[in-house]
Amino acid sequence: MMALFEILLTSSFWVAAVRIASPLIFATMGELICERAGVLNLGIEGIMVIGAFSGWMAVYLGAGLWGGVAVAMMAGMLFGLLHATLTVPFGLSQHVVGLGVTLLAASTSYFAYRLILPEVTSPPKIEPFQPFEIPYLVDIPLFGPAFFAQTALTYAAFGTVALTALILYRTPLGLAIRAAGESPNAVAAQGLSVTGLRMGAVIVGSGLMAVGGAFLTLSAFSSFFFEMVNGRGWICIALVVFGAWKPGKALLGALLFAGFDALQIRLQQTPIGQVVPYQMFLMAPYILSILALILMSRRASVPAALMIPYNKGER
Amino acid sequence: MRLEPIANPSLARRLGFPALALAATVIIASLLAALAGAEPFGTLGLIVKGAAGSKFALLETLNRATPLIFTGLAIAVAFRAKLWNIGAEAQLYAGAIVTVILGTSALSGMGGFALPIMALGAMVAGAVILLGPVILKTRFGVDEVVTTLLFNFIMILLVSYLLEGPMKDPMGMGWPKSAPLDRDLRLPRIVTGLRLHWGFALALISAMLIWLVQTRTTLGYEMRAVGQNPQAARFAGIPVNLVLVKTALLSGGLAALAGFSEVAGLKGHLSLDLSPGFGYTGIIVAMLALLHPLGVVVTAIFVAGIFVGADSMSRAAGVPTYIADMLLATALLLMVLAIGLTKFRVVRG
Repeated sequence: MMALFEILLTSSFWVAAVRIASPLIFATMGELICERAGVLNLGIEGIMVIGAFSGWMAVYLGAGLWGGVAVAMMAGMLFGLLHATLTVPFGLSQHVVGLGVTLLAASTSYFAYRLILPEVTSPPKIEPFQPFEIPYLVDIPLFGPAFFAQTALTYAAFGTVALTALILYRTPLGLAIRAAGESPNAVAAQGLSVTGLRMGAVIVGSGLMAVGGAFLTLSAFSSFFFEMVNGRGWICIALVVFGAWKPGKALLGALLFAGFDALQIRLQQTPIGQVVPYQMFLMAPYILSILALILMSRRASVPAALMIPYNKGER
Repeated sequence: MRLEPIANPSLARRLGFPALALAATVIIASLLAALAGAEPFGTLGLIVKGAAGSKFALLETLNRATPLIFTGLAIAVAFRAKLWNIGAEAQLYAGAIVTVILGTSALSGMGGFALPIMALGAMVAGAVILLGPVILKTRFGVDEVVTTLLFNFIMILLVSYLLEGPMKDPMGMGWPKSAPLDRDLRLPRIVTGLRLHWGFALALISAMLIWLVQTRTTLGYEMRAVGQNPQAARFAGIPVNLVLVKTALLSGGLAALAGFSEVAGLKGHLSLDLSPGFGYTGIIVAMLALLHPLGVVVTAIFVAGIFVGADSMSRAAGVPTYIADMLLATALLLMVLAIGLTKFRVVRG
């Protein structure tokens, strides 16, 4: 118990929690936008892999860090376009297409990695984003460094949440996107294109997922490893449900989740970690995600038309 | 543009689009090989040769196909009832764990009689693993896609723990693997001297049985009805949740048999690399077979051939083996599109 309090009272714990949350925040917002428009995007896991790979490779080839982020986003949008084309106008199974996109995006990353770097045994490192302290605010005790001594990409993650909420709830576009996921016939009756809205949402959402992946290679670590995304995409899908499809709550969920993740890493170093095998700690995030899904299932407000393809002229 | 359903698609349409999908996959694969600096058709030739060019290659392909038939059947059964079991990987490992536990201690010395008990034990384990997510679905409405996916990660960590702790092979020289099964608790080879074990025969029998269940029994009819329209099925008096539970037991059990067959037929012990993603590849196998149990046998051999062939091609031509995964993902997406286009016509306006 004492060990737990000691961990919670160090600012490095909170810094780690926010850092771990950052890629999840980007990808969760991406998935949330897709689902609000009525499309479940199971391509998320693979799109995060391609984002992590392409961003890192672009920087390695000399594109600069923001160039890397842009390349990752474009790669994500490309796979988003593929997903959207198959699921929206063609109305194919969102489950199967999503898994197919995940497989294709991940294997494309690994194939390209081996093509560009055939001989290397350990992947080359790049110079990642450095933490950037915001004067005065960083001096807030305990929480200051967590929120005000992070890399630019983490600040961008919080900006993305604000922007997503603003667009979804305060603009006509956001209203149209939400309506496309709730009652597409009403959208069509307004003379708007459900197909266009949904495809746009999936493409932009996929771009955000890829940026979440790129955070791993450009900010958290400085290299690309196989299996580095390691189920984070699936966890983000759980976070969208946990956040009841609302950006603010989903952000809170990501932070809470990352907090637990940072905690389990630190608990491994304490006397508890001597007794409990490390695999049990590593399981915690996945078990937590399942518990979160159960907890929220009763109150969840699923977009009414989620996973239901829209076909003009059909009632 | 919108889609208009076609009441009775012509035979040309039903065969033409899937054939086009396969042709497009071949073209994309050649482009990828060219991109890697290899001669496109030569590369594809090397894949075919590596998969079926010799008796050894062919047997290797059938061996690799065995677990894929089981996971492919598991997914075909589940998807037919629109139960999205993406956790075949976890169920496979559950089956493998039980196989090793029974085959190293509990049933040691019983000889060949123990094999059916091991298989049954494995099936129960796999079924139980899938039962969790399905009860969460029927009771709480939790989407099973995410829960079954997350179970895969939990299970592989559990295996890692078991192999470093309670199930660690004392003679393993520090490698994370379990003690080997007793010699007489292995699945024998079908023909002496040829590296193909009875797991393959068991997989073929399973496919036949599933086909009979789906076409000749009430349960098969109910599973189809639930998959096509759960509301209508409920209205017709079909106990939807019960059917989903039965489907889960069948699906989880089949996936676990892949673990049983890999341990008892091929590897002889449990290790973390027992499955290079057989659970996930089973999804491709099932979809390419249009969820038909007998088709699964064909597509599993095809998919296994691509993996085995790509391995040997990669050594010869220097094209990364990941070309196999890209090829299969492309084939999956194009095939889904092709099936969609056989049922719908794209109309302007």
